[in-house]
Amino acid sequence: MTFNRRIFLGSAAAVTASLATPMVVNAQGRPRVVVVGGGAGGATAARYIANDSQGAIDVTLIEPTRAYYSCFFSNLYLGGFRDYDSLGHSYGNLAATYGVNVVHDWAVAVDRDAKTVRLAGGGAVPYDRLVLSPGIDFVEDSVPGWSLATQNAMPHAYKAGSQTQLLRAQVEAMPEGGTYAMVAPPNPFRCPPGPYERISMVAHMLKQTNPTAKILIADPKEGFSKQGLFEDGWERHYPGMITRIGPDFGGDVVEVDAEAMTLSIDGAVENVDVCNVIPAQRAGSIAFAADITEGNWAPVSAYDLSSRADPEIHVLGDSAAQGAMPKSGFSANSQAKVCANAIVAALSDGRAFPPRFSNTCWSLIDTDDGIKVGATYEASDEGIVSTGGFVSQVGETAEVRAETYRESLDWYAAITSDMFG
Amino acid sequence: MLVRAFLSGAFVLATLVLPGPVAADGAEGEVLFRPCGACHMIGEGAVHRVGPHLNGLFGRPVGGAEGYEYSDDLIAAGEGGAVWSDEMLNQFIASPREVFRRTSMVFRGIRSPEDRAALIGYLRAEGSTVESQNGAEPAAIDPEIAAILDIAGDVAYGAYLSSECTACHRATGGEDIPSIAGTSPSVFIAGIVAYRNGTREHQVMNTLSARLGDEEIAALAAYFETTE
Repeated sequence: MTFNRRIFLGSAAAVTASLATPMVVNAQGRPRVVVVGGGAGGATAARYIANDSQGAIDVTLIEPTRAYYSCFFSNLYLGGFRDYDSLGHSYGNLAATYGVNVVHDWAVAVDRDAKTVRLAGGGAVPYDRLVLSPGIDFVEDSVPGWSLATQNAMPHAYKAGSQTQLLRAQVEAMPEGGTYAMVAPPNPFRCPPGPYERISMVAHMLKQTNPTAKILIADPKEGFSKQGLFEDGWERHYPGMITRIGPDFGGDVVEVDAEAMTLSIDGAVENVDVCNVIPAQRAGSIAFAADITEGNWAPVSAYDLSSRADPEIHVLGDSAAQGAMPKSGFSANSQAKVCANAIVAALSDGRAFPPRFSNTCWSLIDTDDGIKVGATYEASDEGIVSTGGFVSQVGETAEVRAETYRESLDWYAAITSDMFG
Repeated sequence: MLVRAFLSGAFVLATLVLPGPVAADGAEGEVLFRPCGACHMIGEGAVHRVGPHLNGLFGRPVGGAEGYEYSDDLIAAGEGGAVWSDEMLNQFIASPREVFRRTSMVFRGIRSPEDRAALIGYLRAEGSTVESQNGAEPAAIDPEIAAILDIAGDVAYGAYLSSECTACHRATGGEDIPSIAGTSPSVFIAGIVAYRNGTREHQVMNTLSARLGDEEIAALAAYFETTE
């Protein structure tokens, strides 16, 4: 739907005329939505609410970073398939074309009675509806010996940006025949195939620059997403390079020493040259601050992604416990559109449509060897449930794998365009 | 009915050299036609589907099969005098988007000149055995597609549904995932129906289309027709 710039530029008559029953108004007459987090969930929600309400809703997006570097596809930069800049996107268009008030600050508290969000820089932003899409934060002490203080020596690179550049620099600086170790996270975590695509990308890089180097994975999980496909790919492309130690062999009993650069698996200490620790994860801190979490995540209704603790707060993407959808950028973008439709319908008399969701996760194993997994979903009282799915198969032709990779490139361009306009 | 003929000796083709009057081996052409068959019918009883039927193709003006909603590029070419000659087909099949940038035909092309020659031979053999000339009765549209075309699509609903498409299909189009903005309704509907009933294979599209009812397809078609 094309955005009507005339309405945005302040045709007050048009705005008030569009509010047939103005249940929710502020002094200026427009209902307000505040979105916290400008990633796949938040940026999409801000854009769709602003666009679909045609200026009838005042949208504020609170996002600390001035440029968004996508976590999805950051593995491809680690593998040398993309350059860093290609992962970056600006918020200028959301502000200029869609009239979103982009505020570069941290949201640190939510007052649910006064319905305001407090900013780190001072001041409070009032809302009629709040959308939280803050991604993930790490569970403290989930990997003994690792803390945010050690994230430079042992990067997680599980929030994209400087950590991603750091990890790549460390891989490039590895000594000949050195060891890249990964401590994989327990379920549930952001991007289920992510750590294993990362292993593939690091292997691809090392195969060219440091072919005697080794990769060691300590994994607390028995199985992982697309496991058969990854293991088949590793055997074909990187035989002998990758060792994965699962919980059967102590992969869940792990300790690291960032100064000594060692990784201990079930008591056996290994010297490592790179240690990519991906800790256990939880919802972004603002969700806890708003007191809408249960355990590590924020439970929501599948119908409009509203918090089960507060119907005027919606939670998108990684932070939410919403049912069967994986924690992916694609999912966050999909949920954002259902949420946006529900909010626009509620606040500006728009039409509400039945929720529908989908997800596809693409992973690259090696040059022109791409795989995917995905599903469609619908809402139920119990949460989001799957209505069908697909996954790549071992033994597919090289042509199919190359096509799978190529279409992921178009997906990336499309979804970032969908997020930022 | 297949017309059997044989390649005579070895013929060397540069990209634009024509295969000559000798038709290629019919069996090979049939194999090459399989991916085309996901969208195009040829021979007895052929009707328009995702793509126009290919009977009577040779000598027909580009964009000229009656009853099919072609993209603007093909219509303009036909009005400008382009016809489907062996040469024209050879270039088009090599890389459709290079010849007609906005064709709705999603196909990367056939690189091998020998394969193209075999396929062109097959098209001539198969498409000429049925009497259909320019200006003859318009070919019927597949009834499943016609039924959905009859539904008055809800544009607002289509706009909402389209948000599921835009995660992958951007309006400006990509190398592999085409733009669907401005697609004519019959082509759009035929495309989704082909995915829905599995005639055309693509895991993502098959799964997504499986839960699109006729109302949803009509709504999407109505919406995408309004975009560009």
